Amino acid sequence: MIIGLDVGGTHTDAVLISQNGLEKEVKVPTDESRLFETVLAGIEALTDGVDLKDIRRVVLSTTLAANLIVQNKLPPVGMVVAGGPGIDPELFRTNPHYFIVKGALDHRGREIAPLDEGAVEAAVKALKKTGIRYAGVATKFSVHNPVHERRIAEIMAPHFERVFLGHQLSGSLNFPRRVATVYLNAAVYPIHKQFFEAVKQSLASKGLDVPLRILKPDGGNMSFDSSFDDPARTILSGPSASVMGALAYAPKSGATLVLDIGGTTTDMAVLIDGVPLLAPLGIEIGPYKTLIRALQTQSIGVGGDSVVRLTDNGLTIGPDRMGRAMTYGGPVPTPTDAFCVLGLVNGGDHARAEEGMQILAHKMGRTLEETALSIFDQACRQIMAAAREMIDNINSKPVYTVHELWEGSEIKPRHLMVLGGPAPQFADRLKEMFDGNVSVVPHWQVANATGCALARTTSEVLLFADTARQVAVAAGEQFHKEITHTFTLDDARDLALQLLRDKAVKRGANPEHIEMEVIEAYQFNMIRGFHTIGKNIRVRAQIKPGLIRGYDPIAGKLRREDL
Amino acid sequence: MLRAKNKTGLVFFPAFDWAISPTHPEREERLLYTQDQVFEEGLLDIEGIVEYKPDLVTVKDVQRVHFCVPDPWAVMTESHFISAGGAKTIGMAVMDKKVDRGFALVRPPGHHANRVVHGARGFCNVNIEAIMVEYLRRAYGVDRVAIVDTDCHHGDGTQDIYWHDPDTLFISIHQDGRTLYPGSGFLNEMGGPNAVGTTINIPLPPHTSDEGFLYAIKEMVLPILADFKPELIINSAGQDNHYSDPITNMNFSARGYAQLTDLLQADIAVLEGGYSIEGALPYVNTGIILAMAGLDYNHLSEPDYDPERYRQSPATTRYIEQTGVKVLKNWRQRKALTEAVRVQPDCGQRSRRIFYDTDSIYETQLENIRICDDCAGALRIESTSDKRGSILAVHLPRKACPACKAQAYQWYETAPAERFNHIFLQDRLDDAYHIRKSRVPR
Ligand SMILES: [Zn+2]
Ligand SMILES: [Zn+2]
Ligand SMILES: [Zn+2]
Repeated sequence: MIIGLDVGGTHTDAVLISQNGLEKEVKVPTDESRLFETVLAGIEALTDGVDLKDIRRVVLSTTLAANLIVQNKLPPVGMVVAGGPGIDPELFRTNPHYFIVKGALDHRGREIAPLDEGAVEAAVKALKKTGIRYAGVATKFSVHNPVHERRIAEIMAPHFERVFLGHQLSGSLNFPRRVATVYLNAAVYPIHKQFFEAVKQSLASKGLDVPLRILKPDGGNMSFDSSFDDPARTILSGPSASVMGALAYAPKSGATLVLDIGGTTTDMAVLIDGVPLLAPLGIEIGPYKTLIRALQTQSIGVGGDSVVRLTDNGLTIGPDRMGRAMTYGGPVPTPTDAFCVLGLVNGGDHARAEEGMQILAHKMGRTLEETALSIFDQACRQIMAAAREMIDNINSKPVYTVHELWEGSEIKPRHLMVLGGPAPQFADRLKEMFDGNVSVVPHWQVANATGCALARTTSEVLLFADTARQVAVAAGEQFHKEITHTFTLDDARDLALQLLRDKAVKRGANPEHIEMEVIEAYQFNMIRGFHTIGKNIRVRAQIKPGLIRGYDPIAGKLRREDL
Repeated sequence: MLRAKNKTGLVFFPAFDWAISPTHPEREERLLYTQDQVFEEGLLDIEGIVEYKPDLVTVKDVQRVHFCVPDPWAVMTESHFISAGGAKTIGMAVMDKKVDRGFALVRPPGHHANRVVHGARGFCNVNIEAIMVEYLRRAYGVDRVAIVDTDCHHGDGTQDIYWHDPDTLFISIHQDGRTLYPGSGFLNEMGGPNAVGTTINIPLPPHTSDEGFLYAIKEMVLPILADFKPELIINSAGQDNHYSDPITNMNFSARGYAQLTDLLQADIAVLEGGYSIEGALPYVNTGIILAMAGLDYNHLSEPDYDPERYRQSPATTRYIEQTGVKVLKNWRQRKALTEAVRVQPDCGQRSRRIFYDTDSIYETQLENIRICDDCAGALRIESTSDKRGSILAVHLPRKACPACKAQAYQWYETAPAERFNHIFLQDRLDDAYHIRKSRVPR
């Protein structure tokens, strides 16, 4: 049996999945200030009366790191960066203890200015005075040549508990995002470590000593151990849990729009031929744009508890929330109250829901029921408008080859899948607004926790080879190898797949069943004068997000002896 | 957070799968390192810099400018529809006020493509700036446009297309034609009899550095622009003036390009040439983008840049100053020069031989313009090439007067069909392109 647990803003959902399917589901309230207790309460409620020996794996998705960032509670860390020509690196400053040192590489990874080691030592000295224990290092073009990042880390290592290096976190080019990604990892690390070690220990002491996995925002999971190399990769895993929950029931062909309608927000994502679409670069959270790989999701402030207002332009829903719906004792009318008036949900205090609706109805000169229906319609319209905007954005994503531009086709979703608390009510109305098939994800209230439990381990590798410089670099894998000028694109593919396999196994993937794919493979002849001096090769390979082997989505059952 | 002062649109289309030939300067690799630099700098993440996917131009967009022989499909590949489309996308974003300014960082380039196209010359097949400008005129009613070509090569194609158009100011700054392809672009090339003065050439001596370029912009281009008062300024932003460019002899730097961009304040920039793909393009393009967005570019410099080494000689400085005096004098005296041109017999006629270096095609042209004070004048071109045969191309300008319209239709309708493989009429009054049945077997 597998436990999947997803901490949401209001509720924490947990499921237990076995050979018999969904064995058990629970919902406990989330206390953002006491996440540890929330997680344990969820697991306790779920495992009450269950034989712990049958549980083989626990997968968690939490808001721990995201809360730290959004609430500005990151601990102080030290940053050392080297930029070289271009935009002033001061403009990418992430925190007060941010040191810029001289040293530069060019776009092919050749040194154009030596590293100022003295300045690094001075930074170390200054940082030591503050008692800072965690640090991050980022240099421009380090993914093409990590030599400066490594040297800086070497100088710093003896003085810090942990130093994060930009090139090890992502192979993608984007120096400002590299700086932010390194910073978040260093800052999240101590709290992440403390939290998950405590969770693991408490579970073990209860007799649940099984592998612990953590969900990532790209819809895959990683092992407890590997999460310490990449703790910021736990940020915003919530939306990916929902998408993975819908995945089991998604059509295997065509484009599908997934809507997770919650109390505060509606999260949207797109599946293409049953595979979730990834964001081009990485997560954006608070003021930080990162290289943390994530599913392409969009969140809008429309949910069951969103504030309903009457403005000069008519009714508006959200984007804010002021507590719960009136029927549950909240202060202002919400879509949930409208459902209550329409008899679509039982709600709490029916009279309170009507009371709120009455004020709006009076102002609009409509009946109670008409008003409730207008609120419902408006919420649906806002959701569909945002969904259209997201699809337009996806369709306008630039491409860089003639082939892709010429052959590229537009995404037009023909399926809509709805999950989250008010999913069935919304689905009924959305059917009339959506040109295509609309369905409610089975177990819609806990589908996010199901997704969490069933997500497979994902990984990505980016390999860069320059046969003129005679190097192959997969910075994220700490791989740096001399190659000869006979190295080919096929060699690069093989190498990238090998590195990907190693990485996936290290992250906890089942070595017997690894589905890898090469998603980009470019080879450029490098011509200087009239001579070919070498080839510039770039290969990107991944294990795409999907469900673990052995899960039968039709029966909803786990067909694996080992789990 | 880094925020652009000017909202800046960007189309980046490096055409990573297209080359003229494997070792040609115009090959797949050309914008690879530029992409790496642009991505690594995080330019596309900057608040206020918006990346657009290029649209494709239509055949109608192409035929608004060109006479393609025998038709657009014969002289264009997919990549040309995209690079011209990228320029058009930026033009629309600016006109729709989605952005304040924009840069089409696209390839292949276009400024050596003439009005009549038999094939590729100077790596260019169709003129991507002209296709954009004429689209914007048609779709948005733009009238007066200035195109400032800062590519190291004379923008002879753009000059050809706007030779007779008094509403388009074409200024080309380039390495002296006696020392570089295409061997044209001298001071005395000032436009046809209906548009004397609105073609301006500023040839600069080899080894001109930042100082000389910026002098030409400040002392010649900017005063003339202020006088002409265009509604739109387009920069044909070639980058082959760079000191490291392998096919030219100039000494311009990346920061110099950024300063030029800052001074010129073009609404739209379109990439043209530039073949120092590692030493120049990554830095020059970053500089242009930063300058367009109104961001600080003072930390930008090529790794090997040494201003002392690339300083221009006092003789060069003097030569450029003298050129400036002549350029401004011609501009001020353009009315008098028009009179002088028009008294010459046969002033409405030009005959030319045009060589397509890229495709090895020889073309001969006989051109007749109707001298007109009311419009840009009806234009008749007989063109023959060794590969594609003979055509008659009649162009009726955008704001043609009735007399010119009558003349154009008469040329088109009465042309002896047995002499030409194709007979075309580009009627810009109606935004139509007509093809007359010819009697010569193809
Ligand atoms: Zn020029
Ligand atoms: Zn050029
Ligand atoms: Zn006329």
